[in-house]
Amino acid sequence: MARAVSTQRKALNTALAWGVALLIAFPIIWTVLTSFKPEAQAVARPPIWLGFDWTLRNYADVERQRDYFDYFWNSVIIALGSTALGLLIAIPAAWSMAFVPGRRTRDLLMWMLSTKMMPGVAVLVPIYLLFIWTGLLDTRFGLVVVIMLINLPIIVWMLYTYFKEIPAEILEAARMDGASLSSEILYVLTPMAIPGIASTVLLNIILAWNESFWTIVLTTTDAAPLTKFISGFSSPQGLFYAKLSAASTMAIAPILVMGWFSQRQLVRGLTFGAVK
Amino acid sequence: MGQITLERVEKRFGEVSVIPPLDLSVEDGSFVVFVGPSGCGKSTLLRLIAGLEDASAGRILIDGADATRLGPASRGLAMVFQSYALYPHMSVRNNIAFPMRMAGLPKAEQDRRIEAAARALNLTNYLDRRPGQLSGGQRQRVAIGRAIVREPKAFLFDEPLSNLDAALRVGMRLEIGELHQRLKTTMIYVTHDQVEAMTMADTIVVLNAGRIEQVGTPLELYRSPRNLFVAGFIGSPRMNLIPDGRGGTMGIRPEHLALSRASGEWGGTVGVSEHLGSDTFLRVHVPSLPQPLTVRADGEVAVSPGDAVFLTPDPARLHRFGADGLRLP
Repeated sequence: MARAVSTQRKALNTALAWGVALLIAFPIIWTVLTSFKPEAQAVARPPIWLGFDWTLRNYADVERQRDYFDYFWNSVIIALGSTALGLLIAIPAAWSMAFVPGRRTRDLLMWMLSTKMMPGVAVLVPIYLLFIWTGLLDTRFGLVVVIMLINLPIIVWMLYTYFKEIPAEILEAARMDGASLSSEILYVLTPMAIPGIASTVLLNIILAWNESFWTIVLTTTDAAPLTKFISGFSSPQGLFYAKLSAASTMAIAPILVMGWFSQRQLVRGLTFGAVK
Repeated sequence: MGQITLERVEKRFGEVSVIPPLDLSVEDGSFVVFVGPSGCGKSTLLRLIAGLEDASAGRILIDGADATRLGPASRGLAMVFQSYALYPHMSVRNNIAFPMRMAGLPKAEQDRRIEAAARALNLTNYLDRRPGQLSGGQRQRVAIGRAIVREPKAFLFDEPLSNLDAALRVGMRLEIGELHQRLKTTMIYVTHDQVEAMTMADTIVVLNAGRIEQVGTPLELYRSPRNLFVAGFIGSPRMNLIPDGRGGTMGIRPEHLALSRASGEWGGTVGVSEHLGSDTFLRVHVPSLPQPLTVRADGEVAVSPGDAVFLTPDPARLHRFGADGLRLP
């Protein structure tokens, strides 16, 4: 009897989980479906679910109008560049906060996080002007710096949390063993924090890839990433839902694939320290 | 060489003085144990010597050279931690090699020392394992191996045995003792366990609230504790401390009370008797004394709770302490 109940319950839970998952994924699924519809059927009411005339024309049109790979490489460079630069700054920062905290370390961490609550648009004008004056407008380097700064609080926080889990005695042992500060970080701390660093890197790449305020505002063509690629299809010639969907699908596909293959690492990373 | 001298060394955390200024000299080749209750500052003192904490004042000399401002890496000391503090991502071999790698020793020399240490510590078959695959005792051996290969001026042990079970602890205690006999390198050993202190040390430093209460050989501390704190701390079971009626205290160790069924100085009744086989520990309630006395009797003695007994202290082994807690001559 007990077994029968638990099986029933399990089936219910499974159905419920699938329902929620579908609900969350619906916009993406809908976008992907729409990208295969002819433009006329894309705006049909009531919407056509699967029984439309499947076509790849939208993708061909999108690629003819704009070169996808120009944008793709900009996205890759901004995502990887901002992550690498961020780590370079965040590892020593998180090390000092985790292992030699001062009286104000806690406040500093809180303050850093609070900057994430500030709406980006509030500093749009100063940053835009700074970019004009420094000639960084529409450059990859400028974008790398800005996206890195935007995500830096999160990188520092995540690394700080991971580093806190590493027993200080092990680092002290390294010091007793004659390791300099850089050897201690390079040979002992970083290898031990690899799982944490990996999930930080993954999350930061996703955040940087998806960032669509600064990337759209601060670029025109040279440094424009995939977010700009999508927005480019949204208005000028009127609304073309199918082409827009095709562009969106192309933009999110790489990060979706990466996320799929690293989901285990991501979940582990995000729940690290929560249970234990 | 490994001569360590502390001159008026002091440690404050903010306003709180953890270690008031103290002087201490550790002779080359000696085995010195810092012992005291938890929170007495013994670990802090060890960390000051190691360089893991900065002294707030005073000087630390290693082989006569001022090391006060040197970082832990430059002091030439090796430390074995309570938690072993092995590098979990490295094999046993690489753990042991790490200090030599940091020192830039040639690979062949590294290998030679690793082999020698592994043989001495029974780790030869485990060199390619990770610390996570070892038992507690093996991990502690790896930590010791990592300390040995550096050929340090002195070894610092911070409660190295307290994570091991009782049987293993006794075994490791002997191994560390033998290691000291073999290497003749200075060792400073921190423990809260006075049995470890008594069995291992040449010199015991008893600490209480950051102050040194007494420095001496185990037997000196046992025979003539300088004050009430040392009297109560050294020896197991604890010394019986009895008010002498003039504000002072009289002390008599459980093993220096003679037990008799017929007659003696103090008559009382047995409260609890603990039979260990080799010894019997009795708690005897004496009506004229404020607290029960602990007696160490023969293992075969046939007394049970409720029995009437008489106790007589050995007058030559009575300890007397004044109202200030200091030993009276």
